[in-house]
Amino acid sequence: MYTQALNTRDQAAPSADSEQDARFQARVDAELKIEPNDWMPEAYRRTLTRQISQHAHSEIVGMLPEGNWITRAPTLKRKAALLAKVQDEGGHGLYLYSAAETLGTSREEMVDQLLSGKAKYSSIFNYPTLTWADIGIIGWLVDGAAIMNQIPLCRCSYGPYARAMIRICKEESFHQRQGYEIMLALCRGTPEQKQMAQEALNRWWWPVLMMFGPSDKDSQHTDTTTRWKIKRFTNDELRQKFVDATVPQGHYLGLTFPDPALRLNEKTGHWDYGEIDWSEFKRVIAGDGPCNRQRMKQRRAAHENGAWVREAALAYAEKRKARERAAYAEAAE
Amino acid sequence: METPLFTYTLRLADTALILGHRLSEWVGHAPILEEDLAFGNMGLDLIGQARSLYTYAGEIEGLRRDEDALAYLRDAPAYRNLLLVEQPNGDFAATMIRQLLYAAFAHPYFGALSKSKDERLAAIAAKAVKEMAYHVRHVSEWTIRLGDGTDESHRRAQAALEELWPYTGEMFEVDRVERALIERGIAVDPATLRAIWDRTIDEVLEEATLTRPRDGFMQSGGRSGRHSEHLGFILADLQFLQRAYPGATW
Repeated sequence: MYTQALNTRDQAAPSADSEQDARFQARVDAELKIEPNDWMPEAYRRTLTRQISQHAHSEIVGMLPEGNWITRAPTLKRKAALLAKVQDEGGHGLYLYSAAETLGTSREEMVDQLLSGKAKYSSIFNYPTLTWADIGIIGWLVDGAAIMNQIPLCRCSYGPYARAMIRICKEESFHQRQGYEIMLALCRGTPEQKQMAQEALNRWWWPVLMMFGPSDKDSQHTDTTTRWKIKRFTNDELRQKFVDATVPQGHYLGLTFPDPALRLNEKTGHWDYGEIDWSEFKRVIAGDGPCNRQRMKQRRAAHENGAWVREAALAYAEKRKARERAAYAEAAE
Repeated sequence: METPLFTYTLRLADTALILGHRLSEWVGHAPILEEDLAFGNMGLDLIGQARSLYTYAGEIEGLRRDEDALAYLRDAPAYRNLLLVEQPNGDFAATMIRQLLYAAFAHPYFGALSKSKDERLAAIAAKAVKEMAYHVRHVSEWTIRLGDGTDESHRRAQAALEELWPYTGEMFEVDRVERALIERGIAVDPATLRAIWDRTIDEVLEEATLTRPRDGFMQSGGRSGRHSEHLGFILADLQFLQRAYPGATW
């Protein structure tokens, strides 16, 4: 899955041009990786911590809409595949949290920020999964959009993030193919199944385009992250790439995109698309999407209901340590 | 007509599927992320076992029913799983204890079944035994942590044990269907596993400072189709799409 944190600007003033700064920038410019123990500007550290942790949060919250359908998957093969996919998302969350921890913030702190509402996650997961076709759509389009965003991140200047992204991208492209295959089965199925697929595309298309963040003309945040080689393409560039790749796939399925302005521009070779409803995007980011409250409620419930388990594990680990110390002391006497 | 081998294979398949389904309900809601992944893993193992067993059952039956026809198009009375595995997840302790009680049985069971004279069952069991060894290890560790953790975790684990204990007797029952297969060296005689199961359970409970409940009345009936109220709800979820869109291909 993916984060929209790239579109949040760090509040701190850029640091003065120190010698360290210059050395750091020279390393980045030379496409050398920055590693956890290397010196880095504080704003770079903060920006990456925010981005990676929000990316991790997106993976975790993203388990919920798909998890909805694990128990209702239509065949055992689909059930196993979906269970494995949702498990992969959890695994992505795990290594992204680990990557973010190398920057000095603990997983507990990051999780607290998610649960308190301070940290964000991708707006797309605030939309509901209403039919089985939504599971196909999430794989095909949501993971497809995530891949567009994430492939450039495999070359991100921060080593641990770049390496995590390489692994994640491999799994995501598998998920994307799996999702498309679900769509293919629906579109070749009964008229009711085809309708289910079309109706899911109608609901998800615009929110998926919003995943790439505000239009370039309204987003001037990219300078620093571009200079730091965290972000390599603008929102609109990535969105266009996605539309160009996806539209022919949708047509192959025999589906219609819910955008009357969508047409192949003969001059540019790109698919032109209509105006995105940015008021919806802002509303969902601000907390008023169809499922924002439910998603957070479920995350908080899992966390609160699990508190006694985490306490027990901690208490047991401490008892064990104490017993080992006692045994060691006895043996030493 | 159901042959004993078909019924036997179906019982194993249904038990694996229903328990796998139950574990999958946890994914996204576990107390820590690592356990979301572990539930996913164990659920996938069980669903994988179920798929191989259903496919084989369908072949034995010879009526062209595939894994999905068997899983999705039978109602509760035709399901043959153990009552233990359809019990609700409850809290984390209840899920772990349920898994311990079953895995401590299934691990040596598949070990013995891997020597079955039926080659297909032996092959399926040879894979499953490795998976169940991991389940035993993982849930034993958690049972010990919970039992010997805090007062609350101890109380919850003990309560789960008491609640689930009456469903353990069914694992060791043998009816006419299985007796004939045991005699032919195809099915496993669970009586031969009793001592191993007792030892595993006793060792884990002792380290967990939990008390083994006394054997009282044991519930049974799942393997001949008499279930608790829970199975109907599981199937309502599981079978929804196949029932709502009959004949569709997914």
